[in-house]
Amino acid sequence: MAASEIRALFAMAARPEVVSLAGGMPHLAALPMDAVADVIGELVRQDGATALQYGSGQGHPVLREQICTVMSLEGIDAHADEVVVTVGSQQALDLVTRVFIDPGDVIIAEAPSYVGALGTFSAYQADVVQVPMDDAGLVPELLRETIASVQASGRRAKFLYTVPNFHNPAGVSLALERRTEILEICRGAGLLVLEDNPYGLLGFDSDPVPALRSQDADNVVYLGSFSKTFAPGFRVGWALAPLGVREKLVLASEAAVLCPPSFSQLAVSRYLETQPWQQQIKVYQELYRERRDALLDALAELMPAGTTWTKPTGGFYVWMTLPAGLNAKAMLPRAITGRVAYVPGTAFYADGSGAPSLRLSYCYPPPSRIREGVRRLADVLAEELDLRRTFGATGTHAQPAGRRALVGTGERGSAYPDAPPESEVGLGLVDSAPGPSGSRQAAGANSDLAGFTVSGEHHE
Amino acid sequence: MSDLGRVVVLAGGLSHEREVSVRSGRQVAEALIAVGVDVELMDADTTLVPSLASERPAVVFPTLHGAAGEDGAIRQVLELLGVPYVGARPAACRIAFDKPCAKAAVSAVGIPTPRSVSLPHTTFRDLGAGRVLDAIVAKLRLPVFVKPARGGSALGASVVRNASELPEAMVACYAYGDTALIEQYVDGVEVAVSVLDTGSGPVALPVVEIAPEHGVYDYRARYSAGATQFHVPARLAPEPAGAATDIAIRAHEALGLRDISRTDLIVDDSGIPWFLEVNVAPGMTETSLLPIAAAAADIDLGVLCRDLLQVAASRPAI
Repeated sequence: MAASEIRALFAMAARPEVVSLAGGMPHLAALPMDAVADVIGELVRQDGATALQYGSGQGHPVLREQICTVMSLEGIDAHADEVVVTVGSQQALDLVTRVFIDPGDVIIAEAPSYVGALGTFSAYQADVVQVPMDDAGLVPELLRETIASVQASGRRAKFLYTVPNFHNPAGVSLALERRTEILEICRGAGLLVLEDNPYGLLGFDSDPVPALRSQDADNVVYLGSFSKTFAPGFRVGWALAPLGVREKLVLASEAAVLCPPSFSQLAVSRYLETQPWQQQIKVYQELYRERRDALLDALAELMPAGTTWTKPTGGFYVWMTLPAGLNAKAMLPRAITGRVAYVPGTAFYADGSGAPSLRLSYCYPPPSRIREGVRRLADVLAEELDLRRTFGATGTHAQPAGRRALVGTGERGSAYPDAPPESEVGLGLVDSAPGPSGSRQAAGANSDLAGFTVSGEHHE
Repeated sequence: MSDLGRVVVLAGGLSHEREVSVRSGRQVAEALIAVGVDVELMDADTTLVPSLASERPAVVFPTLHGAAGEDGAIRQVLELLGVPYVGARPAACRIAFDKPCAKAAVSAVGIPTPRSVSLPHTTFRDLGAGRVLDAIVAKLRLPVFVKPARGGSALGASVVRNASELPEAMVACYAYGDTALIEQYVDGVEVAVSVLDTGSGPVALPVVEIAPEHGVYDYRARYSAGATQFHVPARLAPEPAGAATDIAIRAHEALGLRDISRTDLIVDDSGIPWFLEVNVAPGMTETSLLPIAAAAADIDLGVLCRDLLQVAASRPAI
């Protein structure tokens, strides 16, 4: 299925008849809109001449100081001069890529990785090499192997792109004990770290963990955003970068947009100054926790055997892997017909893999809709399993030998316990038939997963 | 200003082809506005019936693609509400939209169409996929074209050249609908012939030849600007071009269609045009075949749509 076909299907996902577990839109109804309106009204009345004027290419100085206060919650000790305000952190991503990447350069990223970053990297013709994660995030030894294999191929990776907290789309976080090691590996390899952290303050269970940047001020470019902690409509994000990088980012940003929007910056600044913004983040945390619970409970109750999923402790996303043989991309039209939408896993891989998995977002629909969405998805899976039982699994779950997957479980066995014997005759279907051969495939694929946490479980 | 009164262009709908329909509707609406017609764009959702009932339009131009839009269902509702519309009536749509039924109907009047079988998923499940697929391949021979029996824009459609690819093609097809059409693949020149009837009998527009950049006229090739080259008139000898035109008009008549249709055909190496399918709500996007054919014939799309609306509006109420 071509990318444009997926776009066409998403035209339906936006309809209210469809339960969309696809989009990553924050639930802005939780914002005190009257207070925000007052903030903006006062801004125009009291400071309109500044707010509606051009501003500094690096961003408004007062906001940059406030951003340092926000970052201090994650252990970052920074000065306002080190911050570059951008049009959402997406622009920061674009600027960093523009500054560092020539066509053909390698960027190392997690597998799966944020689709918006992959789009930017592709626009600059970077060669993205993805490193598998497990339930504790990026796997250090696999990062080492990947760096070595890139070097052995005569190329040099320019930076590691990582979303360490409440990963989009994987829903996992990089374990604290791995953070120092990851930083050391990158430093040793001369690899810059691009730390993208839009969800770090949206944890459900504990205080924010220290950012990678808090441990290494010289080799980490940190990207932050107000899109999830306040509102994405302002398009205010930032980069915190070492001096040499920062100067280039400012020049590149001035060339692109002259300056980030003064109005948005001052609105955010005034909001931070006058409103209980940390309390608002707690409101968001509770809201998203309730939705995460609704999604996980519904999945546990309704998903068929062989389905696995991550259990996020913050952020917006659950990463689900389908029973062996199912293909999330091929299944999407059926899901749209069934009035439920998700993002197929292929969106999060530069090489088109990821078809056995999908991303579910719990941030936007209320809990009752989430449950309804999962019920519909369960029906879709049942129909698709029926179809695969008829025509045979396609082996999309096969992992390259020696590779680990984000999540996986073979314990629940094949999803096709009663494959009809007819599947094994004619047309050379035997190799891809469900039943015994499908089971062998699943077992083979998961034999490298020993010792990994199984974070999604079937209800049995 | 036109004396048609208020016209509603129906676009969107809840089908897989929603995006295409929105583009078709926008293009038709803009073309009509440019020739002075009072146009309102409406979606086919729960707001439609109350909107049409509270302020009845003079006439409706449906540009809904896919199920409901082309299978006659929405048109049936328009008839219930007593609103005139452009295009074929529900019963004709039901047959035309169902590719196996349409093929059988045109075949009955002597129009060649590739041999095919049409089966629901349950048949493969109940009888065993391997055995049924083996029988199909033995009968039709590879390559074959697999596509949903109902639906358009090549969604869920694929060419299968090796038997090992067939199960995956079937799964992809069934993701879009319950019944699959497996058709003998005919190698040749892909063409489309649009048929219009603005009151004096069906007339064909010039034959459009479709030459996708990458050889396959799939969804991307259909709706990405520049992804397909169109040759109008088609680079065919006069005889096959005439035969294709003749088939399109005969199919329009045999299926009992009205006002507008587009027939898709393959002209094989010996010059025989084979009927593939007919569309009762042809795509009207900027890269669609009917607008390209109209432009080649120097017919303004707005004038054309306005003429069709006038014919529809002047029909006696049902």
